[in-house]
Amino acid sequence: MSDAKRFLYVNRKAPYGTIYALESLEVVLIGAAFEQDVSLAFLDDGVFELVKDQNTEELGVKNFSPTYKALGDYDVNKIYVEKESLEARGLTIDDLQHLTYEDEDDDWAEKDSIRVVTAAELAEIMEAQDIVLSF
Amino acid sequence: MLHIVNKSPFERNSLDSCLQHAVKGSAVLLIEDGIYGAMKGTQKSGTVEAAAKDLKFFALSADLKARGIDQDRLIDGVEVVDYNGFVDLVAEYDKSQSWL
Repeated sequence: MSDAKRFLYVNRKAPYGTIYALESLEVVLIGAAFEQDVSLAFLDDGVFELVKDQNTEELGVKNFSPTYKALGDYDVNKIYVEKESLEARGLTIDDLQHLTYEDEDDDWAEKDSIRVVTAAELAEIMEAQDIVLSF
Repeated sequence: MLHIVNKSPFERNSLDSCLQHAVKGSAVLLIEDGIYGAMKGTQKSGTVEAAAKDLKFFALSADLKARGIDQDRLIDGVEVVDYNGFVDLVAEYDKSQSWL
């Protein structure tokens, strides 16, 4: 689509402590219906949003982490996670959920949505956008 | 004194400030986003590990589980408590201070 704009959602907050992570996810899902070129960036405490095996039963709030798995079905498949932020928090990509999408241009092959990028690479990705939304 | 920290040490200086003002024999309870301060192998672990010589550290289990942080990721000596343990700590220490 020629008039599609490049949207980047920037996620910098840990889940549950504030409402930002959940609100971002809601807005991404709403925005996905408008067939724009959507990317997500997770940096600083935002990398904690994607940590696997979240269980909110004892906390008594909704566990929204499984919803990230649905993003691929909404053609949201460019998920950038900043390397420096992971390292500062003692995390690796293996600590995160495995997010995938089916590539319609490649016979629906299942591919990874998460790409670990450096801060310098993420800066370039940010510059390449039309619209940046921060959470 | 029971010190209660609910902010991520990567985003705010609440934990640092708390540790600078907590005297020997005090306890620090990490709740909400504060539990990330209990993780080992992070940029912030050294501060807590050093402080653990003089202070007792606790982390709230509901907040650890919600965030997918397993007990084996925690700094040695950090004790995990549930909500009842939270209440016991508040009762055990003469006063509480929250580092918001």
